[in-house]
Amino acid sequence: MSLLHDAIATALDAEIRLDPSQHPASVLLCQVPREKFVEAARLLKKAYALLAAEWATDETAFGRGYGIYACFRWGPEYLIVKTEAPAEDPTFPSLTRKFVPAYRFERQIHSLMGVTPVGHPDLRPWIKFEDWPPDAWPLRKSFDPSRPLPRVPGEYAWARAEGEGVYEIPVGPVHAGIIEPGHFRFQAVGESIINLEERLGYVHKGIEKRFEGLSWQEGCRLAARISGDTTVAHSLAYAMALESMTACQPPPRSQWLRALFLERERIANHLGDIGAIANDAAFAFMLYQMMRLKEMLLRTNHQLFGHRLLMDRVQPGGVTADIDAAGRAEMLAELDILAREFERLVVIYDESPSLEDRVKDTGVLLPETARELCVVGIVARASGMNLDCRIFNPFPPYDQYESLELNVPVMVTGDVHARVWVRINEIRESIRIIRWLLDNLPAGEITAPVGRPGPDGAGFAAVEGWRGEIICWLQSGPAGEVSRVMVRDPSSVNWLGLEQAIPGNIVPDFPLCNKSFNQSYSGHDV
Amino acid sequence: MIRIARQILRTGIVTEPFIPEARDQIREIGSRLTARIRKRFRGSLTIRQVDAGSCNGCELEIHALNNPIYNCERFGIHFTASPRFADLLLVTGPVAHNMEIALRRTYDATPSPKLVVAVGDCGVDGGVFGRGYASLGGIHQVIPVDVAIAGCPPTPWALLTGILQAIEG
Repeated sequence: MSLLHDAIATALDAEIRLDPSQHPASVLLCQVPREKFVEAARLLKKAYALLAAEWATDETAFGRGYGIYACFRWGPEYLIVKTEAPAEDPTFPSLTRKFVPAYRFERQIHSLMGVTPVGHPDLRPWIKFEDWPPDAWPLRKSFDPSRPLPRVPGEYAWARAEGEGVYEIPVGPVHAGIIEPGHFRFQAVGESIINLEERLGYVHKGIEKRFEGLSWQEGCRLAARISGDTTVAHSLAYAMALESMTACQPPPRSQWLRALFLERERIANHLGDIGAIANDAAFAFMLYQMMRLKEMLLRTNHQLFGHRLLMDRVQPGGVTADIDAAGRAEMLAELDILAREFERLVVIYDESPSLEDRVKDTGVLLPETARELCVVGIVARASGMNLDCRIFNPFPPYDQYESLELNVPVMVTGDVHARVWVRINEIRESIRIIRWLLDNLPAGEITAPVGRPGPDGAGFAAVEGWRGEIICWLQSGPAGEVSRVMVRDPSSVNWLGLEQAIPGNIVPDFPLCNKSFNQSYSGHDV
Repeated sequence: MIRIARQILRTGIVTEPFIPEARDQIREIGSRLTARIRKRFRGSLTIRQVDAGSCNGCELEIHALNNPIYNCERFGIHFTASPRFADLLLVTGPVAHNMEIALRRTYDATPSPKLVVAVGDCGVDGGVFGRGYASLGGIHQVIPVDVAIAGCPPTPWALLTGILQAIEG
């Protein structure tokens, strides 16, 4: 058995039950009684596990109540702990005092599923706005998602700071630039920020509920639009979770192509970010140079695969675009130009003292805070946490360690500078990976038939997108239809990191810090 | 500093007519945009972009309009931070229920006469998100729309064509 399973099994042996309906088999689903839910989390925390996600399901269609799931991870292992709350008593014990990220997950469960985490310190609604009817719980099966919500009066209770010289700056939801909507409330004294409170949910489009009305195949198109800049990774996570439920084995060539799309998405977004961070430190030169390189990549995508952002190129069972010998030669030539130009720009970035002055020691997320918050992806790696699904939970071709020799950059300073350098090194690494993929691309088919999931099963997948680990969990209903889709974008946890990294910085540095985290609003607000 | 200067010289001017398959069309669109903006907007068309609930895909392509290749400023198109200075609202979405009020307020804050361009398949009719409790569908459900640009997301050249259509209409 696994390390995490052993950790709770020794103490709770008689009280846990393994659920065989969870796929893939490497991810264990343990059911524990409600009163042991916190105890299980405590034991897992002692075993150094991180909380990856927490969500609820409405299982009344199966004659059960509400299911509460907490997904833990440690190294290569994922373990899901489930507990049930009866329909007449929709409550469960809160994990927030054990794991900080449960704070947001549970507010969301409370707001959207109407199941109360008992002992949670802050039950203000999350995603759900104060003008929703209080009994509107969209994730419940009894909720009718086709009707528009009526508006009711109500007011959000902001965190307050009082004292001489303390003032408040509200920002958003419509921000200054071309950016997604969210609201930030700063309390500041002079230039220094003493508290930042985020309020998100403006782009909540009811995606998780929307999945429930779609077929499994249509769901992938929706998954590709959870976050437009992470379209490959999200559709891949969805496809892999579905494939695990239907025992579908995508052909090797399609898996190599998936990795190719994933790495190209990573490079394009990192290029954009490095440019935008430099621009927020008034170094516009770098923005335009990076945008030029990014545009080159997007054009090659358009030319070879028919879409600039590679939307809908990944599908359950395989991929919808292939590459031929001419395309391969073209991509290799493009990578040569990209690598050469990029290295020149890195030297310029590195040798600009005025830029260094802005990015060093700005927006620091200390390694111990990062671990406490269970952050993932580039944010985690800039704060000393060596996390990467491509290494710990690899799908082919990433599992070919010997010949791929994947290298994950880790920094420890946790400042804007570190997050930029993690991106720089990841671009270098991705360029190398794409060359390796093109050299080793297996021949053969690019799609395999996907079956239909059986009733009451669950599928899980974790994919390293460019922001970090994406988790997708699917549940099938009594007739094998879509019953619940849970999406955990890296932003869901990393937004907490931004909130912690800001106090102590000056107001004008906020855009710089925010850009270095660059989190998705749409992916968070699902 | 010398490295920066050298890089700038080496890069030269990368702004170009457009991608080969759309080159002729876009050269024409570019000159029509310039002419129209000079005549109707005194040379400067100012745009406020509003995300009313998009997945961020459209935003990436709108950003691309500002990159040195498309360089939309050469036609007189500028993006502004405030709706008070805007001639045109470039709105992406489906309109999320939680953004409806903010979108209306932004629209009301924009001085008349104003143009509204709805961007992307979602902006047209809600796209893959459809209409439901949290998604109100296309932009026209909330504010009047002059021109809608289809695509998921629309390419930068499709965006320019749509903007041109709005100011010629």
